[in-house]
Amino acid sequence: MALDSGKPKFKYIGTRPNRPDGLDKVTGRARYGADISAPGMLHGAILRSPHAHAKILKIDASKALALKGVKAVVTRADFADGLSGEDWNIQENCMAGEKALYDGHAVAAVAATSALIARDAIKLIDVDYEPLPHVTDVDAAMAEGAPVIRDGAADYSVPEGLHPNVVRYFESGRGDLDEGFAKADLVLKRHYTTEAAHQGYIEPHACLAQLGADGKGELWCCTQGHWYVRQMCAAALGLEVSQLKVTPSEIGGGFGGKTTVFIDPVALALSRKAGGKPVKLVMSRSEVLRATGPTASASMDIKMGMTKDGKITAASGTYRMQGGAFPGAPVDETTVLAFANYNIEHVHHVGYDVMSNRPKQAAYRAPGAPMAAFGTESIIDEMATQLGLDPLEIRLKNAVKEGVRATYGPKFPAVGLIETLEAAQSHDNYAVPLGPNQGRGVASGFWLNWGGDTSASVAISEDGTVAVTVGTPDIGGSRASMALMAAEAFGIPYENVRVHIGDTASLGINEPTHGSRATYASGLAVIQSAKECIQKLSKRAAEAWGIDPDAVIWEDGFARPSGPNAGEFEPMSIAEIAGNMSSSGGPISGHFEASPETYGGSFGTHVVDVEVDPETGRTTVLRYLVVQDAGKAIHPSYVEGQFQGGAAQGIGWALNEEYIYGEDGRLQNPIFLDYRVPVASDLPMIDTVIVEVPNPGHPYGVRGVGETGITPPLPAIANAIAAATGVRFTKLPLTPPRVLAGIKAAKNA
Amino acid sequence: MSKHHVSATVNGDPVEYLCDPRETLLDCLRDHLGVMGVKEGCGTGDCGACSVTVDGRLVCSCLVLGVEAEGAEIGTVEGMGTEGNLHVLQEKFIEHAALQCGICTPGILVAAEALLKKNPDPSETELRYWLAGNLCRCTGYDKIIRAVMDAAADMREAS
Repeated sequence: MALDSGKPKFKYIGTRPNRPDGLDKVTGRARYGADISAPGMLHGAILRSPHAHAKILKIDASKALALKGVKAVVTRADFADGLSGEDWNIQENCMAGEKALYDGHAVAAVAATSALIARDAIKLIDVDYEPLPHVTDVDAAMAEGAPVIRDGAADYSVPEGLHPNVVRYFESGRGDLDEGFAKADLVLKRHYTTEAAHQGYIEPHACLAQLGADGKGELWCCTQGHWYVRQMCAAALGLEVSQLKVTPSEIGGGFGGKTTVFIDPVALALSRKAGGKPVKLVMSRSEVLRATGPTASASMDIKMGMTKDGKITAASGTYRMQGGAFPGAPVDETTVLAFANYNIEHVHHVGYDVMSNRPKQAAYRAPGAPMAAFGTESIIDEMATQLGLDPLEIRLKNAVKEGVRATYGPKFPAVGLIETLEAAQSHDNYAVPLGPNQGRGVASGFWLNWGGDTSASVAISEDGTVAVTVGTPDIGGSRASMALMAAEAFGIPYENVRVHIGDTASLGINEPTHGSRATYASGLAVIQSAKECIQKLSKRAAEAWGIDPDAVIWEDGFARPSGPNAGEFEPMSIAEIAGNMSSSGGPISGHFEASPETYGGSFGTHVVDVEVDPETGRTTVLRYLVVQDAGKAIHPSYVEGQFQGGAAQGIGWALNEEYIYGEDGRLQNPIFLDYRVPVASDLPMIDTVIVEVPNPGHPYGVRGVGETGITPPLPAIANAIAAATGVRFTKLPLTPPRVLAGIKAAKNA
Repeated sequence: MSKHHVSATVNGDPVEYLCDPRETLLDCLRDHLGVMGVKEGCGTGDCGACSVTVDGRLVCSCLVLGVEAEGAEIGTVEGMGTEGNLHVLQEKFIEHAALQCGICTPGILVAAEALLKKNPDPSETELRYWLAGNLCRCTGYDKIIRAVMDAAADMREAS
């Protein structure tokens, strides 16, 4: 179902053609990070710290180097000196310096003639550690006496008197909280926690690197953003950025976790030390779980005031975000987005970015937003229950719309929250009768989306077909959406467009496929580049006809004379003009290089029905509905796919997924058996409704859709479980033991 | 450590390789035979990205040693269909947009084909439990389940 916007109809946009890379991906032909080799290639392996926090006193690699087939060992000494800021953080995370900061932190690496020899060799490296006290809990890490991860890591924003592990402080708000709470008939205060969840992409990080003593290198890797990889690797190794060429492989999932580097600088360092031989480095799953990602965990205090008819009068939140052993937890996003769904006069947020002995957190789909939504949407639901109000009505009453000033400052342009709430309200799922032990939960969510540095190129081939080159790796079908937008712009068949992901040498810089930006920003870039091509094509036709270029219009792949004085000429096809390209002025192409800022945010509303087994505490998801504003769905199947995938990840985060650390500070569940992501038998079909409130900042109305979908599930599931059991849970994940304990405690109370 | 000589067939073609006793069938397929449609997602039999058939039986190739494949008939995604003559499952996966990143797709196709050989008319629940050993992090499984059910219906009609 698409809510018609009344905008002009499209010929290609909104259709569902086969994706251009479908054949490669169903036949096993597509080449991912670990799928290529090079002549003379070595294999790398990384030695990782078994300690959560330890001084590295000495590394002796002599026995490893004596093993036949070992060609190089690198430690931190083989990387660049003198880095600062995020460059230093990334370098330090890829290879420990003076201290190992978490279980799994890299301390040395080997390159050898086979993967088996490399793995044998790392066991021969002797590391003298001096274990230090550790902390892996966010509240404990802020408390007096907690072990200091790194003194001096805090930035200017942190007020005096806080623990050195608090490295960033964020505060914002408006109005007068006291006044707002005084107007409320009901004021509620709750403490909520969410656990760290891993992005869980099925493809472990992998790369093939080559770097010579001349400082020139090439890297093939699975990444969401190869220009980021290039910059990060160049900094870590002390290279000139342009001397490194990075080519992205196909990518087996990222969800934010592949917007940074973990192994690529190590592989390059190994290659340089091994005389420039190419080095392949592939992570195991336990390395992925111990040393990449995950998202931050959160500890939150929320207070909200509401009138008895459901108007929110004031809201405040304190958010303590655990970003692992480095600064960077998404505290700004969490605080900014916490109450952004609602028009609240009096609002205040405080956020703390807290370091601990866990891996460096990485972006995960709408970074920071799901945690905030868990607090806000849970407390609203509890208040609705207490006041006897319908949860969708309460949201409609407070929902933001065009012209409302957001809790984070600017006024909203056209946005679709109300439309998603209304579509959820009228959907069949909202009226299905529920049985015993069953409950329905609703929640809304928001993600700002993003534009960012974007370069693209569109080139006309001799036969009038079109080659599009973008810099955003295709993670979920974006080649199809780029080709559809190009086809629409040119008025030529979808099949006549081929979309390429360019390497770092073929375009200007690009930000990664992150921030739900690919279809919005690269799409905008493709459309603008196509328009430039069309202008040039029209000019060639005008010159052939001897008329003014302004007297030519472009329609359905043809240049046509237009206007009273244009004269009578047979329309000229793109193929005809392209065929004469060389003799009529040379190559025809279009480019786009900018950082578009007209991304429109995307709101969503989810409705879930669950059944909770009172004997075991196990939750079964009976049905699930995602309603979200796509602005304009370019390829609706892949928009639905984003909705469904985001919901599934959120369901996993709500019910199962968590990082479990032992007393020793080591990760206890570093394999997929124990870090349990949803499997097919855990889920029902996931129903979708695409709402289309066009983004005024995109030629076809596109809003990014990738991230919003993970935001509502955490509270929607918790709200459904509360409805099913009568017990309100404030700590995720809602595993069977936790739910069972909650049910039993409520019975005994 | 001395290597073992193994003779087997992969997708009907005879192959030979030398493998270290510690190498898995997955390692051998990828590193010695260049069969790259078989993916490693976990190495512990939890994700199913390396699903293959060995003498018709669906297995995680990361849980089989390379030396164990002596004389075996191994089937991978590369043997399911050829360009221009795709298996119905492959066609339906493209048609239903049942893949996003595509890394789990080869394993899921192999697993689904193995199910439909045993049970041409699975219920949605049977299919979901059969595929519970194949993780997909992108799709939420909805479109995968629809694609396999649709393929199964087409295959029943054609047989």
